Amino acid sequence: MKKSGTKIVIVDYGVGNLFSLSNAAGLFTKDLVISEDADTIKNAHAIILPGVGAFKAGMEGLKIRNLIGTIKAFAKTGKPILGICLGAQLMLTKGYEFGEFEGLDIIAGKVIPFPKFKNADKIPHIGWNKIFPFNKGRWNDTIMRSTSVNTYVYFVHSYIIETKNNDNVLALTKYGDMNFTSVIKKGNIYGCQFHPEKSGPDGLTIIDEFIKFVKING
Amino acid sequence: MNAHHGIKKSSEKNIRIIPRLDIKGPNVVKGINLEGLRVVGNPIDLAYKYYKAGADEILYLDIVASLYQRNFDFDLLKTVSKKIFVPKTVGGGIRSINDINNALRAGADKIAINTYAVHNPEFIAEAVHKFGTQCIALSVEAKKINGGRWETYTDGGREKTDIDSIEWIKKAISLGVGEIIITSIDNEGARRGFDLELTSKVIAISPVPVIVCGGAGSLDSVKKMVETCHPEAISAASVFHYRDYSIGDLKRYLKQNGYNVRL
Repeated sequence: MKKSGTKIVIVDYGVGNLFSLSNAAGLFTKDLVISEDADTIKNAHAIILPGVGAFKAGMEGLKIRNLIGTIKAFAKTGKPILGICLGAQLMLTKGYEFGEFEGLDIIAGKVIPFPKFKNADKIPHIGWNKIFPFNKGRWNDTIMRSTSVNTYVYFVHSYIIETKNNDNVLALTKYGDMNFTSVIKKGNIYGCQFHPEKSGPDGLTIIDEFIKFVKING
Repeated sequence: MNAHHGIKKSSEKNIRIIPRLDIKGPNVVKGINLEGLRVVGNPIDLAYKYYKAGADEILYLDIVASLYQRNFDFDLLKTVSKKIFVPKTVGGGIRSINDINNALRAGADKIAINTYAVHNPEFIAEAVHKFGTQCIALSVEAKKINGGRWETYTDGGREKTDIDSIEWIKKAISLGVGEIIITSIDNEGARRGFDLELTSKVIAISPVPVIVCGGAGSLDSVKKMVETCHPEAISAASVFHYRDYSIGDLKRYLKQNGYNVRL
């Protein structure tokens, strides 16, 4: 029997690059809608939280649409979520961009600025960089399973995710003199610091895997 | 490869290669020194061709929107974006938060502001607070004047401002702009190489990434600029439009010479 509700909802909270993302996800599923409506989101089988914007503006965008509770409740159901860039950052406990702000607290941790680097790497981190697993085998049975170690993906950000538990770290990326967290995971909830919808065919592979994952777990 | 003169090399910095599409109406156009515009193709086909050829990003600038106070053609951008899965930096006549929202909703990933920001610098801070530093790039058209200085132009290189380009860039960075796109009007479209003096000055004062634009000529001229200035990104138009070489040719050439590129 076909489940009710639209399968995948891209949450429109006012600051996302919605078109790029729906274009990319649309390559793999027709059952896709962009929405800011709480009921549509609640009944979805999976949601994608897109993101271009500042942490505070993102949380405010969710707040004025009354979506903070909706998304937190959605996360508790165990249905899949994919957060992208700011959308991933908002899932943490707190953010420190232009002040200190409460996040969705779906994954324990915080969003902090890159430290000052000793080498010439500049901030924001803009461009293509490599992702590799936190440890061997960690990508098995995840949406990263079809991605090769050290695949190039596209980043554009000044702030980074620091989860409280290393268990939530799926992938790392080297920049400046540090390795920062580039993919997070908690159960069926995923977050990418980079933009898979902007990372050419390799990024599309990750979106394809998420959608396949939704078909099984959504 | 000992030409680094004490400039710190970054860890694994990948130099981005960014084809630039100057849009006028439905066409991609190209001029010399931002003048004598000639139609070189349509944006849908060219953007797709460059995406397939390995472009790291696409720079998409409506070069007359600002001059004629015209609204940006968001529908065209939408069509162009349909099959392009690399980032697009979009600019031309952007003068409100609403314009930025519309551009992001039509496929833009980063926004380039020039003319409106020159006249209303506080717009930079406003945009940055809403969309984040990483989303807002400052596009600067600089023309050389006496005394090792450059003057900032607006409206696609048409209007003088009496504003020193280096000072303007410093100010925009203090207002939170996340990237600088520097175009040398003198070298633009001439395919004789970049303004190395301007480029190295901008890079020296900028803590944010710099996209160097205006003058890409022979492969060697690009290498020379990379060697001297260490930019984060290079943007070029004529050499790609007129098929002097491909994006892949340029990337392989830089790679052979010891620079990191995404191949």
